[in-house]
Amino acid sequence: MTQANRLSGGLVDRNSTLSFRFDNRNYTAHPGDTLASALLANDVRLIGRSFKYHRPRGVLTAGSEEPNGIVELRTGNRQEPNTRATTAEVYEGLDARSQNRWPSLKFDALAINDRFSNFLTAGFYYKTFMWPAAFWEKLYEPIIRKAAGLGSLSMEDDPDEYDKGFRHCDLLIIGAGPAGLMAALTAGRAGSEVILADEDFALGGRLNSESFSLGDDSASDWAAATVAELSALPNVRLMPRTTVIGAFDHGIYGAVERTGDHVAALPAGKPRQILWRIYTKRALLCAGATERPIAFENNDRPGIMLASAMRTYANRFATTAAQRVAIFTNNDDGHRTAIDLRAKGVKIAAVIDVRDDAPINYDFEVLKGAQVVDTKGRLGLTFVEVALADGSRRVLECGALGVSGGWNPNVHLTCHHRGRPVWNDDLAAFVPGGDLPPGMTVAGAANGTLSTHGALLSGAEGAAKALGLKCALPDVPEAEDAAINQTPFWYVKGCARAWLDQQNDVTVKDVKLSHQEGFRSVEHLKRYTTLGMATDQGKTSNMGGLAIMAEMAGKSIPETGTTIFRPPYTPVPIATFGGRMKGQDFHPTRLTPSHYWAKERGAVFIEVGNWLRAQWFPLPGETHWRESVDREVRQTRASVGVCDCTTLGKIDVQGTDAAAFLNKVYCNGFAKLAVGKTRYGLMLREDGIAMDDGTAARLAEDHFVVTTTTANAVNVYRHMEFVRQCLFPDMDVQLISTTEAWAQYAVAGPNSRKLLQKIVDPEFDISNDAFPFMGCGNITVCGGLRARLFRISFSGELAFEIAVPSRYGDALMRRLMRDGEEFDVVPYGTEALGVMRIEKGHAAGNELNGTTTALNLGMGRMVSKKKDSIGSTLSEREGLNEPDALMMVGIKPVNADDKVTAGAHLMDASGPVDAQHDQGYVTSAAFSPSLDCHIGLAFLKNGGARQGERMRLVSPLTEENVEVEIVSAHFVDPEGERLRA
Amino acid sequence: MIIPHPLLGPRDSSEFVYLGDASLIDRPDWQAENAAEAFYDYAYLRGNPAGEHHELWYHEGGDRSWLVVTRNTVTHEISKVELARDVARAQGRSK
Repeated sequence: MTQANRLSGGLVDRNSTLSFRFDNRNYTAHPGDTLASALLANDVRLIGRSFKYHRPRGVLTAGSEEPNGIVELRTGNRQEPNTRATTAEVYEGLDARSQNRWPSLKFDALAINDRFSNFLTAGFYYKTFMWPAAFWEKLYEPIIRKAAGLGSLSMEDDPDEYDKGFRHCDLLIIGAGPAGLMAALTAGRAGSEVILADEDFALGGRLNSESFSLGDDSASDWAAATVAELSALPNVRLMPRTTVIGAFDHGIYGAVERTGDHVAALPAGKPRQILWRIYTKRALLCAGATERPIAFENNDRPGIMLASAMRTYANRFATTAAQRVAIFTNNDDGHRTAIDLRAKGVKIAAVIDVRDDAPINYDFEVLKGAQVVDTKGRLGLTFVEVALADGSRRVLECGALGVSGGWNPNVHLTCHHRGRPVWNDDLAAFVPGGDLPPGMTVAGAANGTLSTHGALLSGAEGAAKALGLKCALPDVPEAEDAAINQTPFWYVKGCARAWLDQQNDVTVKDVKLSHQEGFRSVEHLKRYTTLGMATDQGKTSNMGGLAIMAEMAGKSIPETGTTIFRPPYTPVPIATFGGRMKGQDFHPTRLTPSHYWAKERGAVFIEVGNWLRAQWFPLPGETHWRESVDREVRQTRASVGVCDCTTLGKIDVQGTDAAAFLNKVYCNGFAKLAVGKTRYGLMLREDGIAMDDGTAARLAEDHFVVTTTTANAVNVYRHMEFVRQCLFPDMDVQLISTTEAWAQYAVAGPNSRKLLQKIVDPEFDISNDAFPFMGCGNITVCGGLRARLFRISFSGELAFEIAVPSRYGDALMRRLMRDGEEFDVVPYGTEALGVMRIEKGHAAGNELNGTTTALNLGMGRMVSKKKDSIGSTLSEREGLNEPDALMMVGIKPVNADDKVTAGAHLMDASGPVDAQHDQGYVTSAAFSPSLDCHIGLAFLKNGGARQGERMRLVSPLTEENVEVEIVSAHFVDPEGERLRA
Repeated sequence: MIIPHPLLGPRDSSEFVYLGDASLIDRPDWQAENAAEAFYDYAYLRGNPAGEHHELWYHEGGDRSWLVVTRNTVTHEISKVELARDVARAQGRSK
């Protein structure tokens, strides 16, 4: 297909032709085209359907402020919805589709909504879908979701990489138009570290869109020459295709660089987009200005666009939306578009200027004091109807209409710390206020300096001032310096349907209606009408809405208010925020030293925090996990089992005050613990609730090794550092986490000593007399390898924990398995560990659940009253010590075949089953191979005095109702004879 | 945010863990007559100023120092950063 609307000149590369597809038709373009410019060149004005009414729409702008021209790009798992055609670069093979239409863009069945527009005005769903309430979720919402909306997702995983990065600079310049380029030149030549970022792929901003000259060069040539000089400076980093999305605290800016959106295939390993965190000393905002439209009847037809965008399409992209165009303006800038288009051979139907004193031009007709009152053309503009100054009407034939309502400075980033823009009467626009983010200054059009000369000069001065440069400024080239005269003209009176926010289909009438219905603040207006809430965030519509509101209220615009802006400046894909933090990289796993040994044994793993722990070790022929777990328990209790407990937190506590320190963090006493002994310790939070438990082994007078639960290792260490540094700063005590330094294994069962005696070097006596229950010490194993041995037991059996330096963990495990063959040694996983600790009545994470006290856990007497420890004072509170406080008990089904489940609640044997009569709940439950029935641990009101009582265990959710008996939590070896064997 | 660490210079806030009001340093005397009440206030009551706030940050991704950061909760301006240990000592805390 030929490019019928391609003009001469421009910055596209005509030596090369690209082919692309839009809605399954093939078109051609040139490098340098955006999708929007290429479609216009191919005489395609209709690009999408509107959000609510499904009205035909084309592009309004030539930049990132675009509300209408949003499309789906690419196919398959790379499909991306809601992409602005005005910023998407065309590459060979680009495949784009229109959105929100069915069955086709030219015939959209839901355009019927447009006929019912009287019912679909602002707030329609609040008024219409009030009742019945149940219909909302089942009927109304699905229908609305289907009818309204934008593009669709592929529902497949995005195959591309996204990345994050960090950069630092003296001066970040945001925007590479005349002000930004001049600022970069000033700071760059002075030797400062400069980053110049611009969302466009071509640096130069409006300079690439204008026909005027800078000095002896054309504006675009001057921009190109300046960019060439800057790119040769080693201290200047140019970042095209990079949108600065937010101004954050302390001079940190977020920026999204689109590194791969403009190529057909990403080079291997390269990211599609990068989220940069830029640390700046100073930032200069040179974000330019956005032209504002005028609202009039049917002002949304394809072919109606901003006059400045028309100029960009003509001068930069060498294309026009139609061969015959009209301009509707309230200022001189609109005339400039007519002059430029005419110079490119486009016919000017007329310039319609609302001002009676509009300048005249001998090359085209200027209709002074005239207004566009209606337009025609179902799928694209064909005629505009003009009300002339004398009140008569005239119809002009044209395929495109440029609209210019003046310019709004792009103040968005100045608001990111809640700074409020201030009204400038001369410009009839908001300009940056005084309360900018610290370190930020503004130059050029963003600051209300709308002439090119002014922008260049303020860029140079802004950079020099921001950096405190004393050197001479670079020469500012001679450029247009037209006086700016913006008299506001927001909308043509008497319209039925004049569009303000084209992306969310909000009309002038909607804004008036919301005012009539009592929504007086701008924030309420916004939420009621959805004005400015679409993906473009109202860049071309907020001002119009505000102006109409001010008029309705009979107040000035600044009295009425302004909306401020939040990050991001333009939409950012979630994938970009995620970066490489996805899948395994989002949640890294930690492996214990003997992980690969466990894998060889066929272990099934479970994540515990970041750790992977063996859950059980199935043997050939075992078809159900219970078979494996029951076997591991039985074999351990009968002979010996080994479990990897490396993941427990280990904290080395050293110093002359080490014991005094542990006395503070544990509720029970440690001062009198003998060297060579280990003690169970319970840590409380300051509010008296149990935080964590573990053991502390005293290896020397001034040296303890503390263990924490796997899940709390990080928090406990942090807490201990808090106690050490913030509460007892003069204690002589040092802490270091040694979790990863030692591989540790529990060796449990009646034959555990015999097995260990085969590997512990003979000079260390580990007999019951020499190394009794709760003993600990430094030993050597396997002929001189240093190790630590603790005689502690979680399983309730005669048991030890042995620790060796991490790198020997794998070898030690293999050695224990080999040497244990004669005892029928079994490796056991976390499930068997859990079963055995429930059988023994040991509390674990299920019981230390953030609501339970030492009293609840049956350890009330452990809280020493003779000393101060964290949580001791508040644990004495009345409310935590009620006579019927929950106490940990064991439960057993009366009928041995019944199952008990964690989470079920205990009720008296008879009486109602409801929350008022709740007696407690089960925290842990398991099948006990030792008792041959299910057992559980529960918290029961006054549980200490209720042993032998029969109760009902109920779960209304699962309709469970089982008769259980309250028993001691110590199901196995309640006297502890095995431990001490 | 950037926290100027008194020993390590400016560090990104992502290296830190936030705890809260630095009044947590001021732990009551367990033997005082009103200890129960004082601990209740200590554990549960916090100022919530719109403005200058002394707060505890932990340099978990760094040297494991607890810091007292004076931060304006409205502007996020950080006007002072001290080692919590120094602050605790200045308040008379010892062993």
